[in-house]
Amino acid sequence: MNKKKDNSNLMMTLLKGRTLFVLIILFIFFSIKADSFCTVNSLLLVCKHVAQYGILGIGMTYVIITGGIDLSVGSVVGLVGMIAGGLIQEGLTLKFAGVTLYFSVPAITVICIIIGIIIGIVNGALIAKCKLAPFIVTLGTMYIGRGLANIRSGGNTFSSIKGQEALGNVGIMQFDSRVFAVGGFPGIPIAAILFLILAVIAAFVLKKTPFGWHILAIGGNEKAARLSGIKVEKNIILVYAISGACSALIGLVTMAQIAASHPNTGDTWEMNAIAAVVLGGTSMAGGVGTIGGTVIGAFVIGIINDGMTMCGVSEFWQKVIKGLVIILAVLIDQFQRNLQAKMALQARNENK
Amino acid sequence: MAENKDKDIVMKCRHMEKVYPGTKALDDVDFNIYRGKVNVLIGENGAGKSTLMKQIAGIEQPSSGKMYLDGEEVSFKNTTEARAKGVGIIHQELSLFPNLNVYQNIFMNNEQKKGVVVNNEIHKQKTKEVLERLEYPIDPEAKVGDLRVGQQQMIEIARNLIQDDLKILIMDEPTSSLSQSEVQVLFKIMRELNAQGISIVYISHRLEEIMEIGDHVTILRDGKYVDDAAVKDIDVPWIVQKMTGSNKSYPKKERDIDWEKQDTVLEVKDLCLPKKGGGWLLDHVSFKLKRGEILGIYGLMGAGRTEVFECLMGLHPEHTGEVYVDGKKIKIKNIAEQIKNGFALVPEDRQAEGLVQTLDIEKNISLSSLKTCCNKFVLSKQKEDEYVDAQIKDIHIKVADKHLPILSLSGGNQQKCVIGKGVLTDPKILLMDEPSRGIDIGAKTEVFDIINQYADRGLSIICVSSELKEMLAIANRVVVLSNGIKTAEFTDDEITEDNLVLASYKGHH
Repeated sequence: MNKKKDNSNLMMTLLKGRTLFVLIILFIFFSIKADSFCTVNSLLLVCKHVAQYGILGIGMTYVIITGGIDLSVGSVVGLVGMIAGGLIQEGLTLKFAGVTLYFSVPAITVICIIIGIIIGIVNGALIAKCKLAPFIVTLGTMYIGRGLANIRSGGNTFSSIKGQEALGNVGIMQFDSRVFAVGGFPGIPIAAILFLILAVIAAFVLKKTPFGWHILAIGGNEKAARLSGIKVEKNIILVYAISGACSALIGLVTMAQIAASHPNTGDTWEMNAIAAVVLGGTSMAGGVGTIGGTVIGAFVIGIINDGMTMCGVSEFWQKVIKGLVIILAVLIDQFQRNLQAKMALQARNENK
Repeated sequence: MAENKDKDIVMKCRHMEKVYPGTKALDDVDFNIYRGKVNVLIGENGAGKSTLMKQIAGIEQPSSGKMYLDGEEVSFKNTTEARAKGVGIIHQELSLFPNLNVYQNIFMNNEQKKGVVVNNEIHKQKTKEVLERLEYPIDPEAKVGDLRVGQQQMIEIARNLIQDDLKILIMDEPTSSLSQSEVQVLFKIMRELNAQGISIVYISHRLEEIMEIGDHVTILRDGKYVDDAAVKDIDVPWIVQKMTGSNKSYPKKERDIDWEKQDTVLEVKDLCLPKKGGGWLLDHVSFKLKRGEILGIYGLMGAGRTEVFECLMGLHPEHTGEVYVDGKKIKIKNIAEQIKNGFALVPEDRQAEGLVQTLDIEKNISLSSLKTCCNKFVLSKQKEDEYVDAQIKDIHIKVADKHLPILSLSGGNQQKCVIGKGVLTDPKILLMDEPSRGIDIGAKTEVFDIINQYADRGLSIICVSSELKEMLAIANRVVVLSNGIKTAEFTDDEITEDNLVLASYKGHH
């Protein structure tokens, strides 16, 4: 019997670390298949892309832990890009005063993050206060955001977003800069640094603060959480606000990376974020999840995307493979949960 | 077991075994179900009663062992097969669809059709009939999720009664959430079913009920068969002794305190709660609670017991009336505010409202007081450990490791965790809604000990219960509610079963 228990413990460890194993296998696979994959330059590029899914995934992890979902993140990315691009290229014209205001890049950053937060608060308030289904609410704001992004420019692209010294609004390209460049080393993309910092903070908040445990409790059993005195509505609104802020940040980073603001930027990115979260072992039913898992999940998605591109796999097949990986991940997740339940039962019987 | 008795036995189970990974839930158990009788199956939690019933009802398959229905060997792959042979089960944990209405629940997977379309006219009519037979009229169109637990239980029973060819009906603790009058209705129904030749397997923790309704008792302990006997040959102490291996009953704790001289911690004046569609759920209820006192609130289902707690915890902002804590009038806003005001609630439904199943034991205990476990904004592992360990020790929760999942604990220990969570917020007033529901006698006694222990330390406790024996054992004073009206208040020697039952009917005309 003891041996059996050891076996299930070993199995558990393997299952818990599954995404990490997948990541390692993928890494080795692409290193062998694509010559250009395992080079400093490509890896840094992968990191840059991973940061994109990862930062969106951090906000999404919180949302999914409460048992919700945020479909609006992709269009917030697009909308924020258009607003920031517009503010740099055209400024804010106040017709009644006949002046055009140009903001500095830090001010634009703050404005954009606040817009992201406001969209998040609207999502959260509709979900928590009006008891609407998260899927529907964020589907709605997804369309609204995308629509507004297109309305801003009539569907056109803002392409001169570098700013002008005379107007004091240069600097948005800082979001695509690299740091720690020494000698031949091209430096780490700033997005990756941001991702690292945010991931550490988010993991800390989730594990070590009452807020983190409160959202885990809400996702696990909202009724019990409420009766334990947890302010469920406030926490849910906060969670969507965080997701909105993460999306806004990615909006800025992406516009800098592509050096333009296009209204369709970020289309379907919410799906990448959700995929990263789910691959990371966060339960769509709520109550279970980690930031560390999401980070690994984001790397898996990133490596599949870039690795397959470097191998010359067509974009269409990439989608098929990504889909299969996600379904497989959830399948294994289910298997793990069953095993866990079995082990809990076993522990219960042994405690008798 | 003489052969000539065989025709009195509708179902025989022989050498039943069920092995779960790492444990034997059933170990070579023999069990007979007598035709047209109430067959009582009894044992503490984890004794294997529910496991045995799951094999009979086809929910699980035995690891080994044989079952004979009317002398013919049977095995059920699933509940549909068991049902086809006439075995029905009412689960301990209700298995209804809260999102559907009454008749949909009753006819789920048994739909009457008109061509390819469900025939709701027949559904409604038959639902009405069966509920009338139960003397428990509920609107067939009502949504089940809106009904009280007691009413839901009746739906569960009705669901089995619409089967024409029912031979055996298994009832797993059907009365754990019913009030005395509802229990009597149920017993009457059970006798009627017996008269129709339907055999009943009845699982209950309430020993007095078993003596009243049971015909034949089988006792299990730790997955093994212990004894069986006809109810007329035995008494309660015999059962208790067989179940636990020793003599246990609820000890009444004598407390020699002059309540007049104690401070009043809580005073509720004219608490009113309007009912949807007119009338009152609570109609001018007033009571006082002294320091260190255990106040019982007794009443039938729907008398307004739980509503009193819900009002006090801020779940019904629409209530009216005045509430004073330590002589100061307070305005009840929301739960978080009420916890700050010194209230703590141990909810009625442990699984649905008490526990967060995805969190471990430690977090379930510290959940309500995470903010006090903090240095600034960060959780202090050390503080949390210290509080939780003290709590675990204080109320004797049996845990091997506090980081195990909460569901790895037995029902009694889970309940203690919920109590621990409430107590950890350092309340002045502890509200307990059916604190011993669904836990075995041993754990019950322990829960009562915990309640007494905290009362001795000066915590004031209000305890809602539908079990008379429980009220008698722990309450210093009992308020009886009936139909939303406070009909009586008893102290000390006045707290008798007769008084309580009588008062609990007074609010009905």
